[in-house]
Amino acid sequence: MTASFLNRFGTRRALLVGCLVFVALVVTGCSSGKAAYNIRPQFFWDSLLKPDSAIINGLGLTIGISVIAQLIGVTMGVFAAMGRMAKFLPFRLVANFYIWVFRGTPLLVQLSFFYYGLATAGLFRWPTVVAGPIDILPQVLAGIVILGVNEGAYMAEIVRAGILAVDPGQTEAAKSLGMTYGQTMSRIVLPQAARVIIPPLGNEFNNMLKTTSLLSALSIFELYNTFSVSAGHSYATFELFAACAVWYLILTTIWGVVQSRIERRFSRGTTTSNSSGVGPRNKGFAARFMSLRAPIEQ
Amino acid sequence: MTTVSDNLLGAIGGVPRPETDVVVDARDVNKYFGRLHVLKDVCLQVKRQETVVVIGPSGSGKTTFIRCVNHLEKIQGGRIFVNGHLIGYRETGGGKLVEDREKNISLQRQEIGMVFQRFNLFPHMTALENIVEAPIHVRGIPEEEARVVGRALLERVGLAAKENVYPNQLSGGQQQRIAIARALAMKPALMLFDEPTSALDPEMIGEVLEVMKELAREGMTMIVVSHEMGFAREVANRVVMMDDGVVVEEGTPDQVFSAPSQERTKTFLSKIL
Ligand SMILES: Nc1ncnc2c1ncn2[C@@H]1O[C@H](COP(=O)(O)OP(=O)(O)OP(=O)(O)O)[C@@H](O)[C@H]1O
Ligand SMILES: [Mg+2]
Repeated sequence: MTASFLNRFGTRRALLVGCLVFVALVVTGCSSGKAAYNIRPQFFWDSLLKPDSAIINGLGLTIGISVIAQLIGVTMGVFAAMGRMAKFLPFRLVANFYIWVFRGTPLLVQLSFFYYGLATAGLFRWPTVVAGPIDILPQVLAGIVILGVNEGAYMAEIVRAGILAVDPGQTEAAKSLGMTYGQTMSRIVLPQAARVIIPPLGNEFNNMLKTTSLLSALSIFELYNTFSVSAGHSYATFELFAACAVWYLILTTIWGVVQSRIERRFSRGTTTSNSSGVGPRNKGFAARFMSLRAPIEQ
Repeated sequence: MTTVSDNLLGAIGGVPRPETDVVVDARDVNKYFGRLHVLKDVCLQVKRQETVVVIGPSGSGKTTFIRCVNHLEKIQGGRIFVNGHLIGYRETGGGKLVEDREKNISLQRQEIGMVFQRFNLFPHMTALENIVEAPIHVRGIPEEEARVVGRALLERVGLAAKENVYPNQLSGGQQQRIAIARALAMKPALMLFDEPTSALDPEMIGEVLEVMKELAREGMTMIVVSHEMGFAREVANRVVMMDDGVVVEEGTPDQVFSAPSQERTKTFLSKIL
């Protein structure tokens, strides 16, 4: 009974529900009767069920920053990986230096240095960027870029592993057709490397969602900082950080579901077996996703 | 069995005209892998519309040689001309050779089709996409036009029904025929084949050889590394025997197979026959 429930709902979702119930019980239970405990469940429930605009804002920032920083990270990672594998020595040196520095120092130090450090020394001030209806504040811009560049150093290794997993015969076939290095990479190698890159990329994004909490150091009101400040005002530290944790759990859990779906679809149709038939179903999403573009003809 | 009904080269607008009578002119080619001397003063000329079959024991340098012809391998000595153009290198003032720019090498490779032992089709593209990829993105031919040519090629290699199928759903023989069509779609002046049937199950060898024979008869210039005697006897103008990085013997199929002049050729033939 429990097992089939778990199977149907997925372990992650079951865990989430369980966790919510547990926290709710603790929060509610501890507060009933015993005056010794200072717990006000209202704070917990309100920030989950009736989130105010600050929380909504924080959620939006956390998600938005994560997505853009991850995109920057993937792009930087692709270039750094190609740099590491380049024949031209200076490219290798630059790529290795970049990876060495950003993996070898704490993100918090990077954030402080590139935001506060550069500005205080009078070297560089991050500008406000107007993107359509919204202004991206300097600290948010800095946060996105530094997170992205930091992430790129980690993505580089993942992308490199992906590229190395592609049969060298593919590169040779592409070259023999007259493709340049750039065409070979973008049209032949990277679309195939994506198969290997996507699962760890999903884990990186899970990390990214949580790592954005460090941006509180730049006074960005993402999810963690929003809760942190209101906890400071209300002293409902226990209730609010519990709610904050639940919000992160919701984000990472939703992402987990999305991720496993992407991976499943992705591996479909790319196997070498013929078992699922030659019908058009096989070359739907998986194939399109692999080639990163729509097939020429359906 | 596939019947290659219509003219294969008709699909790409006739026999691509090589610019010179001697399409391949390899002079004293020397190649080392580290300290291993793999090609030793190899000379080979292939005239327009000729089919040359290269045979020789494993490790004799056959693959290495044809990979040098489209500069998938660097050479350390000698020169290879295709269509009168020096492949992979340009001469400096002092007569020294330096490796050419990537862009020029890519341009040269567009004129040279290559078919690999293990097909190397792009697994993330359908049969037709494999064929039109380079014409569209390398040659810059309009998509519609490339697809018309691609479909015609698929039909001529007997796989018109497979245009939307991915390589992993095709047999080895079918994949290799598509690989040949993919190379032909670039309208190359020269085709290189590296043991195109040796990774195939016996029952699929015939269908691939059939396409290659057709190509040879229609006047494509080809270098074929293969131990398929029947194929060589039927369409080869010349057979070249390599051993230990050296061309030991060269002649018509009859000369080489029936009356080899070199001891090494005799030994080798006695092993594969
Ligand atoms: N990338 C490489 N690095 C080092 N040595 C190599 C490399 N490729 C080939 N060789 C060596 O060069 C020699 C010639 O190899 P090549 O593949 O050209 O032979 P072949 O005639 O094609 O043999 P086969 O019939 O087995 O395909 C062999 O001794 C081989 O071990
Ligand atoms: Mg070989």
